[in-house]
Amino acid sequence: MSFLSRGPAPAWPLAAPADGGPGNPWFSWRYVHDNASEILSALQFHAGLTARAVIIALIVALPLAVVSYWWRPLTGPILALSGILYTIPSLALLALVAPAVGTTSDTSVLIALVLYALLVLVRNALAGLTQVPAEVRDAAAGMGYGRLGRLWRIELPLALPGILTGLRLATVSTVALVTVGSLIGKGGLGEMILGGFRNNFYKAEIMTGTILCVGLALVLDLALAGLGRLLTPWARERAA
Amino acid sequence: MNYFHEGFVWLNDPLNWTNPGGMLDRLQEHLLISLWAVLLGCAIGWPLGIWLGHRGRGGGAVITFANLTLAVPTLALLTILPLTPLGFGKPPVVVALAVFAVPPLLANAYTGLRQIDPETRDAARGMGLSGGQLVRRVELPLSVPYLAAGLRTAAVQVVATAALAAFVNGGGLGEIISAGFGIGMSNGGGGQIVAGGIVVALLALLVEAVLAGVQRLVTPAALRTGRPSRPTAAAPAG
Repeated sequence: MSFLSRGPAPAWPLAAPADGGPGNPWFSWRYVHDNASEILSALQFHAGLTARAVIIALIVALPLAVVSYWWRPLTGPILALSGILYTIPSLALLALVAPAVGTTSDTSVLIALVLYALLVLVRNALAGLTQVPAEVRDAAAGMGYGRLGRLWRIELPLALPGILTGLRLATVSTVALVTVGSLIGKGGLGEMILGGFRNNFYKAEIMTGTILCVGLALVLDLALAGLGRLLTPWARERAA
Repeated sequence: MNYFHEGFVWLNDPLNWTNPGGMLDRLQEHLLISLWAVLLGCAIGWPLGIWLGHRGRGGGAVITFANLTLAVPTLALLTILPLTPLGFGKPPVVVALAVFAVPPLLANAYTGLRQIDPETRDAARGMGLSGGQLVRRVELPLSVPYLAAGLRTAAVQVVATAALAAFVNGGGLGEIISAGFGIGMSNGGGGQIVAGGIVVALLALLVEAVLAGVQRLVTPAALRTGRPSRPTAAAPAG
């Protein structure tokens, strides 16, 4: 039974009619039901690619942020480079990476995603680290903490809100960015959105892909926000 | 780096620029779409941001809206809008891009008006300025740097995302890249893909540089230091 469509549902058309009539509703449970396995695998691919990109970016970004926090002269160049890379459009970056890495491999998309996520993460982690108050650092030094101990026990925990803000921003924008991978057929849910457009403007397919994409971003954002509350109980107490 | 070499060879062929549907045509199309999208974004984002900033309300809603648009893929709007009464062609592309131009314009206009020292506002009111006069003579001039920063962020983002219009045959420089994929890697499409990527990237960097200059020009000397050049960071074009 198609949701939002009027009249008797005919045998489901392979492609939607072009007239946008009752046979081509914006959303259809029938479509979701009939294509559940394809939808799930697209969602899985999308989420997996996002997770890989964000985790790799985090692993690279934290040391970079710490390095530029310890050696301040590096901050300028790192942020300037990040600004320039950030300005380069995703499609252009993919077009530059894909021919060299492989036009059918999701590694190309992964590289572009990691580069974008990296920049958000480095900026926010650095902002978090630099706003650790000087008195706190002095107190930690006075208690006998070395550079590493201070970083691990004092500075990184205090920078957690900044790091988590960066992580949330990076995750949400990565989920949206994965769709650009449709350029080389590795767009996850973007494949559904574009596939619906090419499949004679099949609205239900486009809408399902879009809703899942936005939903995935919101769910991951909420999950990370919850993780942040768990990891920084002191911030919660202060707010309450 | 073989593909980069092919890309430069492609760029060095004048025919690739002057052909119908070549680089120059696409560049013009790209800039026209971007211009309309930014103008539309300004027409919506600025009055709304200035009004909210003047009233001092709706900050939470502005942030929520900006964060929400971050989660919406550009590709989704580009494919959905042509199926609405907007119809096919350039209008849906312009509207889709404008939707992503509004958050930086709106947020920066709002921040620009809110960051004004309340004492300045009180002094202006004490001098007998009405609400409209306060906006025109005090608040707007003081928030010009923020408005310029918002314009820069939005314009760069629109120029970057306009490349995605090629997914729905909306024109613009992205067409060069997707046509390259259409030719196929084995038939020498790689050079065209890389060439398209280079031009789109350079265009975005150029717009960024020009508008950074504009932003510096319109910022009074006294306000140039001690303020981040980008109060609201752009989202990568998705």
